[in-house]
Amino acid sequence: MSSLPRLFPASDATKGTEKMRIMAVFKRWEFILVLILAAICVFNSFASPYFLDLHNLFDSTQSFSEKAILVLSMALIIIIGDIDLSVASIIALCGTAVGWLATQGMTTPQLVVASVIVGTLAGMVNGGIIVRFQVPAIVVTIGTMSLFRGISYIILGDQAFSSFPDDFSDLGQGYLGGMIPYEFIVYLVLAVVFAVFLHRTTYGRSIFAMGNNPQAAMYSGIKVDTIRFWLFTVNGMMAGLAAVLFTSRIGATRPNMALGWELEVVATVVLGGVAITGGSGTMPGVILSVFVFGMLTFGLGLVNVPGIIMTIITGCMLIGAIATPIIVRKLSRP
Amino acid sequence: MRRLLQRRENQLAAIIILVVGLITLRAPVFLSMGSIDTIMTDGAILTMMALVQMLAILTRGIDLSVSANMALTGMVVALLSKDHPEMAVTATIVLALGLGLLLGAINGVMIAYVGIPPIVVTLGTMSIYRGLVFQVSGGAWVNAQQMGSAFIAFPTTRLLGLTAIVWIAAVMVAAIYLFLNHVRKGRELYALGGNPTAARYVGINNTHNQMLVYSLIGLVSGLCGYLWVARYAVAYTEIALGFELQTVAACVIGGVSMAGGRGTVLGCVLGSVFLVIIFNALPIINVSPFWQLAISGAVILAAVVLNSRSERSKGKLILKSAQLAAVRGTA
Amino acid sequence: MIMNTADQDKNPVLALQGIKKHFGGVKALDGVTLNLYAGQVVALVGENGAGKSTAVKIMTGIFRPDAGTILINGEAVSLHSTQDAWKNGVTAVHQETVMFDDLSVAENIFMGHLENRRGGLLDWAGMNRRAAQILLELESDIRADMLLNNLSVAQKHMVEIARALSHDSKVVIMDEPTAALSQQEIQELYKIIRRLQAAGKAILYISHKFDEIFAIADRYTVFRDGCFVGEGRIADVNEDELVRLMVGRSVRQLFPKPTVTIGGPVLEVQGLGNDREFEDISFTLHKGEVLGFYGLVGAGRTELMEALFGLKPVTHGAILRNGTPMAHGSPRAVIDQGIVYVPEDRQHSGVILPMSIRNNLTLPSIRALATGIFLNNAKEKALSQQFRERLSIKCANLDQKVSDLSGGNQQKVVIGKWLATRPDIIVLDEPTKGIDVGSKSAVHAFIGDLVKQGLSVIMVSSELPEVMGMADRIIVMHQGRIARSFDRATFSAEAIVAAATGLFARSSQEGAHAQTSSAA
Repeated sequence: MSSLPRLFPASDATKGTEKMRIMAVFKRWEFILVLILAAICVFNSFASPYFLDLHNLFDSTQSFSEKAILVLSMALIIIIGDIDLSVASIIALCGTAVGWLATQGMTTPQLVVASVIVGTLAGMVNGGIIVRFQVPAIVVTIGTMSLFRGISYIILGDQAFSSFPDDFSDLGQGYLGGMIPYEFIVYLVLAVVFAVFLHRTTYGRSIFAMGNNPQAAMYSGIKVDTIRFWLFTVNGMMAGLAAVLFTSRIGATRPNMALGWELEVVATVVLGGVAITGGSGTMPGVILSVFVFGMLTFGLGLVNVPGIIMTIITGCMLIGAIATPIIVRKLSRP
Repeated sequence: MRRLLQRRENQLAAIIILVVGLITLRAPVFLSMGSIDTIMTDGAILTMMALVQMLAILTRGIDLSVSANMALTGMVVALLSKDHPEMAVTATIVLALGLGLLLGAINGVMIAYVGIPPIVVTLGTMSIYRGLVFQVSGGAWVNAQQMGSAFIAFPTTRLLGLTAIVWIAAVMVAAIYLFLNHVRKGRELYALGGNPTAARYVGINNTHNQMLVYSLIGLVSGLCGYLWVARYAVAYTEIALGFELQTVAACVIGGVSMAGGRGTVLGCVLGSVFLVIIFNALPIINVSPFWQLAISGAVILAAVVLNSRSERSKGKLILKSAQLAAVRGTA
Repeated sequence: MIMNTADQDKNPVLALQGIKKHFGGVKALDGVTLNLYAGQVVALVGENGAGKSTAVKIMTGIFRPDAGTILINGEAVSLHSTQDAWKNGVTAVHQETVMFDDLSVAENIFMGHLENRRGGLLDWAGMNRRAAQILLELESDIRADMLLNNLSVAQKHMVEIARALSHDSKVVIMDEPTAALSQQEIQELYKIIRRLQAAGKAILYISHKFDEIFAIADRYTVFRDGCFVGEGRIADVNEDELVRLMVGRSVRQLFPKPTVTIGGPVLEVQGLGNDREFEDISFTLHKGEVLGFYGLVGAGRTELMEALFGLKPVTHGAILRNGTPMAHGSPRAVIDQGIVYVPEDRQHSGVILPMSIRNNLTLPSIRALATGIFLNNAKEKALSQQFRERLSIKCANLDQKVSDLSGGNQQKVVIGKWLATRPDIIVLDEPTKGIDVGSKSAVHAFIGDLVKQGLSVIMVSSELPEVMGMADRIIVMHQGRIARSFDRATFSAEAIVAAATGLFARSSQEGAHAQTSSAA
């Protein structure tokens, strides 16, 4: 496109009045998510008297805290225009490692460190292959998705590890003050860290630049490959952390643990307003999205809807969330 | 000889022969007629599904919903067979094709007309279709005793010594080969994947082609759903779970470029054959089937790394000497 | 602008009347007129951004006009696709090479209208035969079954011309067909055009090169800023009049090159090469100097600059910065040495369109502006405001997206973001490509300011007046090598063009060929 037309001098669409700025807030995706979340909560409280119980509410966060941790780092990966389909398999790998190391007599803190290290290494394998050979992340992580879970199958077969140190279960099942699950606190802390990282640091700026235009980012002196490598590494690290929490919560390790989570995580990120093509998205958006999914699952559980129906709803929400704005835009254009 | 080995398909064929040779040394039974027959019958469905997956990948897309489509179609026809055991096989096949086509067309509409990226659409429909399998079956299994006998018998009916499922796959390989190499629409898929802007300049319509691709994938998935359920004589919610990744893996191993526009029918078939041989060889050489997943992962990674060498853009040829060298190399 | 009576009697084969087209709020064409006649070559001239390519895309069905009519043989038609245009006998050789690298030459020629045998299958043998025939007519040695990937830029362009000729067309549009061709190849192209002309086809020839226009065209049409300015017979105008029509004022004032005392060497390149794109590149850049790099499109200038900036590997040679060997492994390393590169492809490599002007302006210097790893909004605002003013970027506010800006203002953002890193050496690759005249002279004035402040500038440009106006020295590249270099005192348009098209370098080049072929 060498023949770039000139700007119409009079038409400054972005010269917004105060009123337009307020309108812009309502058009923001986060605002729509808040509305959806509110609607779900209203529905839930009508559906079941147990919903609006603080203990129940905090309890319900346990069922999604591990996925929510993965959502944070996955959001960064999707913003740079990549994807990591191997996260659930990294969980299986780390879970297996934790299970085996526990039988070798490791203590709880050692198990946590070990899980995070295994996850980090797995993330480095992903990032290393992607960056070194310049191949699409989706293919590499489809490969490692099989490989990591495959290793877990080789070690465990149809067996399970289920003997852990006595205090191990506190991680995933314990509460602060008898009310707030530790897992949820871990999630909240990480959510703040990731939000600050993405929106307030030079790295965050580089991540958005890369996602919008990797070539221009590279020309601007951003070390595109280095950042990609580390984001996959961090994603592996988060999977390692999620794995040890998950293992602690369910008290056993099987090779099929967390099966299919990668897609739920990606769906949550996309519903949170992150463009699957990269370049845009916010942490508040994906955090809200986590709660939308979490509260929806919780509500459906209260009215005894089977879990698999949740997958239908997830699918519909994913497509609906992306299709609606596109269709509205198409219809509003003459 | 070196020129011959430069072609990816030839490399892969050589590797397959080598692997088969090694396995046979260890367990001669691997090359028996019975074993080959099983491999072909097992490989038929993967080959067909990998071929249609290639159509999506050629146009820079992907279809993750194929296995859910297979499961849903398979479950629906199995339930019908349970209620009407006397139903003709042709009717079953027509139904399977029709339902598969419908499910594929839904993907097609969302991708081509609404304009949502294929990975998002098919990720969503994958969940939806899989959930619907549970809905229609109530989570129950349909087992061999409940299905009609003709329904189960058809895929393994023999004609000239080969099973029907192998014949169907053979016809499909030939049809897709013809389509991709000798039909205008087929070549347009390569053009679209190779350079979408240039495709627009020569008036190739992306919308129609995407609709066609995802509908075709649905059609074949529906058929394979029936064949799968009948071949293994059981239908349940988790049927073919994760199979979509095997189809992508077969394509990657066969040298189909995830960046679009590059890939051959032969490569794709060889990729499928390679995976099936590995999977079938494991029990024969006394390796636990639990190794299957890890091996396929390792193979995919190896293929990805090998592909990256041939795909790396080398930059333009500006120097006359470099141009001459390139022309000599290809002549 | 006096219509020749003979032309008035003849009806145009293709006519555009009152065509309007806008993109978003940006007006690309504002009621243009264009008439093409059978057996005549019409030159469409105008500055970059005048709307020529948009008009081409409307005539070939790629864009649909917002208003106005397209007449073919006097009948109004609507062209919804390239196929519609083909059916109406309109084909084009586009400015950018739009081809399929993984497909064969024959397939590239026929893609979009692949031919079937009876029975609905493709007629490969027939298409290969016809492709070979067309290439033979073009006197090209390209084989129909070669993969496009293995062709040079000029050869690809020839395939694109062959593609246009594969249609049975009444109108052939050539959008800057000679940009990548050598002098000899251009002569071949003239022959082809004359043959098409003799066959009664109407030809629209778009070019910036006046010698070509006067050599080949019968008529001219001028666009300026999306408007029709005038048309007439080439025989009735001279170069100056045409330029005045294009620009709307005299061009002489365009190059405000100040005289600057040139200092010592700041960058020395010695024997640089990478085996594929360029070799044996040696030159020295001095403080306060504007060093021009001229050559045909595809001569290897951009590739050389990318290598200099750490974007491409180098296999031999050395780069010295202030006399010491310089690390050039990554753009970051090079930027840290005070060297910045403003790439030719603004939209893909220069700016990040969906991001704000502020974020674009501060992107390369973001680390210097930060407190630790945390962004410092106040510093960022101050810096971006400073460069908005310094470059007079026209925008409502700095939070506007760069995609909302005009080409010229986008280019200012690109230059601004690099100046914000306070460099010593700035490499400008086609700095005025595709921007309007006003912004163009602003960019030129700015280059002058830079050297006055002691910066050194490398300017890659394919526009001869620009290099000759701005540069202290000109290095001419041809097929990846330095063909010749000129000091300001010895600048001569003829000699520079001759060097760029390989006329001076030919004897030594042929010697090199003989060597490589005998070695192989």
